Amino acid sequence: MASIPMHQGLLLAGILFALGLVGLLVRRNVVFTLMSLEIMLNAAGLAFVVAGARWGQADGQIVFMFILTMAAAEVSVGLALALRIYHRFKSLDADAVSEMKG
Amino acid sequence: MEIVFYIAAIVAVASTIMAISRLNPVHALLYLILSLLSVAIIFYVLGAPFVAALEVIIYAGAIMVLFVFVVMMLNLGQRAVDMERQWQRGSMWIGPSILALVLIAEVAYLVAGPGTASYGGAAIEPKQIGIALFGPYLIGVELASMLLLAALVGAYHLGRRTPEKTEK
Amino acid sequence: MVPVLGAGSVGLSAVVAIIITTNFLSSPPPGNHFTQVLWTWIDVGGFRPEIAFYLDSLSLLMTLVVTFVGFLIHFYSAEFMEEDEGYSRFFAYMNLFVASMCILLLGSNLLLLFLGWEGVGLCSYLLIGFWYKDPVNGLAARKAFIVTRVGDTAMTLGLFLLFVNLGTLDIQELMHRALAQWPMGSALPVAAGLLLLGGAVGKSAQLPLQTWLPDAMAGPTPTSALIHAATMVTAGVYLIARTHVLYSLAPAAQLAVAVVGAATLILAGFSAVTQSDIKRVLAYSTVSQIGYMFLALGVGAWSAAIFHFMTHAFFKALLFLGAGVIIESLHHEHSIFKMGGLRKEMPVAFWTFLAAGCSLAGLPLITAGFYSKGLIIWDTWSSTRGSAALWGAAVFGVLLTSLYTFRLIFLVFFGEMKTQVHKRPGFRMMMPCVVLAILSVLGGYVEAPVFFGNVHPFSEFMQLALPPATEGPLRGMSEILSETLVTVAFLIGLYVAYLFFIRKREYAEAVTTRAIAKSLHRFWYTDWGMDWLYERVFVRPILWFARVDKSDFVDYIYSGIALITELLYHGVRKTETGRLRWYAAGIAAGSIIFLAVVLFL
Repeated sequence: MASIPMHQGLLLAGILFALGLVGLLVRRNVVFTLMSLEIMLNAAGLAFVVAGARWGQADGQIVFMFILTMAAAEVSVGLALALRIYHRFKSLDADAVSEMKG
Repeated sequence: MEIVFYIAAIVAVASTIMAISRLNPVHALLYLILSLLSVAIIFYVLGAPFVAALEVIIYAGAIMVLFVFVVMMLNLGQRAVDMERQWQRGSMWIGPSILALVLIAEVAYLVAGPGTASYGGAAIEPKQIGIALFGPYLIGVELASMLLLAALVGAYHLGRRTPEKTEK
Repeated sequence: MVPVLGAGSVGLSAVVAIIITTNFLSSPPPGNHFTQVLWTWIDVGGFRPEIAFYLDSLSLLMTLVVTFVGFLIHFYSAEFMEEDEGYSRFFAYMNLFVASMCILLLGSNLLLLFLGWEGVGLCSYLLIGFWYKDPVNGLAARKAFIVTRVGDTAMTLGLFLLFVNLGTLDIQELMHRALAQWPMGSALPVAAGLLLLGGAVGKSAQLPLQTWLPDAMAGPTPTSALIHAATMVTAGVYLIARTHVLYSLAPAAQLAVAVVGAATLILAGFSAVTQSDIKRVLAYSTVSQIGYMFLALGVGAWSAAIFHFMTHAFFKALLFLGAGVIIESLHHEHSIFKMGGLRKEMPVAFWTFLAAGCSLAGLPLITAGFYSKGLIIWDTWSSTRGSAALWGAAVFGVLLTSLYTFRLIFLVFFGEMKTQVHKRPGFRMMMPCVVLAILSVLGGYVEAPVFFGNVHPFSEFMQLALPPATEGPLRGMSEILSETLVTVAFLIGLYVAYLFFIRKREYAEAVTTRAIAKSLHRFWYTDWGMDWLYERVFVRPILWFARVDKSDFVDYIYSGIALITELLYHGVRKTETGRLRWYAAGIAAGSIIFLAVVLFL
């Protein structure tokens, strides 16, 4: 397969992560928040795979699989919570769910 | 082969930017799926065909589909788009963009250097991964399965509609 | 039971003191002093005072006088305070006082002395305000305590100075080191001497801290006799006598002692001439006589000062006890203008009071006071640190003393009776008076001047501990001439008193109707206006400041800290918005900063 310099791959992962972070901070809709989390997780996984490919070992991919598992678990629970929030507050505004303020 | 990597990288970044800035949630999700597919291509180029397949099947195929299901179920429609337009003003992008740029700069500084090329050898076969999973990473696998079980139970419980709640 | 314990304990002390004295005289210990160390009090950083008692002729004599006169006064109070509801409390306080006084006298280091010093101050406060239900007594007690406190602060500073410079507070050691390290006339002994003088002035009620003693007469009469006549007020004299080396090294400080003594004896003498309360006359008289003792110390006549202390203890205690007898018999009448003609009614009281009064004034040759006062006056002329001015002041003081004493005696015992006698004193009150009267007459014969027997057992005894008075060049006066002039002053005072108060009372009235006499009278009556002055200069500003500071502006520092904390709280509270994106931003920013720190620092 191709030999890509590792720092470029990691830089790509960093850029994707930062984009996910921006999305998290900017969007008010909880669905978009969860989506941004997925972007960030994906970026982290990309970093692992790049590192694993650098050394030619399976460990990077295995960690990516675990990340994938965790993302799946988190998405399911997160979306269930988002549904609950919608039923309770009748809107998907993350700022409406600020009863823990003060 | 390297050119494929760069093209896929550009596509990934562009589609991610689109994904986070769309007003309609379904549009954003579709862009995200595109981004994930690009990342899968990158994985294949790097010599990890197995996770490339996993990325497509599970991430783009299951998780994103779950997202789409929920969005459809909420059935927000045009009202949601209007609300999004209202919520999002240009000025809100400034602060997070600055944070993101600083983060990217730090990461760039961190990984800068002559760098080393990747292994460039043969792709890593699923067989190797399977042996590793059943060998050193066995406990991880078990824990992952427990995590999934917990997520299953939690999602079921949270998603359940209790009779008194629906009457509200 | 109460008086047996109360007076018996002091009696036992007196017996022990007598036994020790006879032992000391017959077989003196080596070096003429004896130290008994009990234990080390504190041991920190080189500061190691011990609980140790030091016995030499000075402390022995003073302890003997204190316990003996104290015993007589306790015996007297067994009857005097009988009907009082605080009977046992009185004896408790008086016994505590005698114990503290003994610690003061016998302590071998200045810290232990200071402990006794404070102890007697405390007992003085407790006893002056003995009848605490009347707020006036409480006020007098507080005044005494606060004024002596001013002196005590000066003394503490003196102790600090001595310790910092000489490294010890043990008195004998201190004297050795001071002699070795401090040259004559340098600043340090002068400073230390002046500070200790400040303490002595407070405790002994000399100028400028004498204002508390006349008001202290609010206490019971035996208290006045014991504390404010015979013993506590002489603690200052003891302190200066003990640290005499410091004063020998500091002529300026010693001159200050002499000047304080001379000024006080004259001022107090004037005040005493005008008083109308019998106890206040005696209080001012005490201030004046202690002035004589300070004068003696100031000119270097150490033994003479202690001699006068001894005779003064006898006759002043007797005067107070006699005053107590009179006050009791006339049913708590204090004003001498309401007394009179008691000579025939209370003969024993009259003769004992007369004996004490003559001793106080210095009736030549047959009273103890004559010898002690004469010795002091001669020494103010003849000593190297004496001067003619001091001698003149002392002789004038004799005139004043004689004047007020005989004024008192004539007004109280002669003339027509203005208040009826309704109670006669019993044996327990009269026995101490008689004993003290005998001592007032005979006590002076232990030290007779050159021309009249030339016996000096007292000063020889004292010189085992204190240096003798150094004689300067005799110029213009011999001892016999000095004594004669003193006698002349005595007779003038006696004659004036006789004239004004026996023969022609109308002279007294004629003088007092003139305006200038009236204002002078009031001026001297209020102790030369000192109370008025202190009120304006010290008391009022402090009270004003206390009112201004009512909300305690120093407290603002602490409430300020609380306020800042509260502001911080409000600030931090704003960050807890409950909004998810805000928290996420916080996490992002924090991790960026953390990364930056790790990368770049």
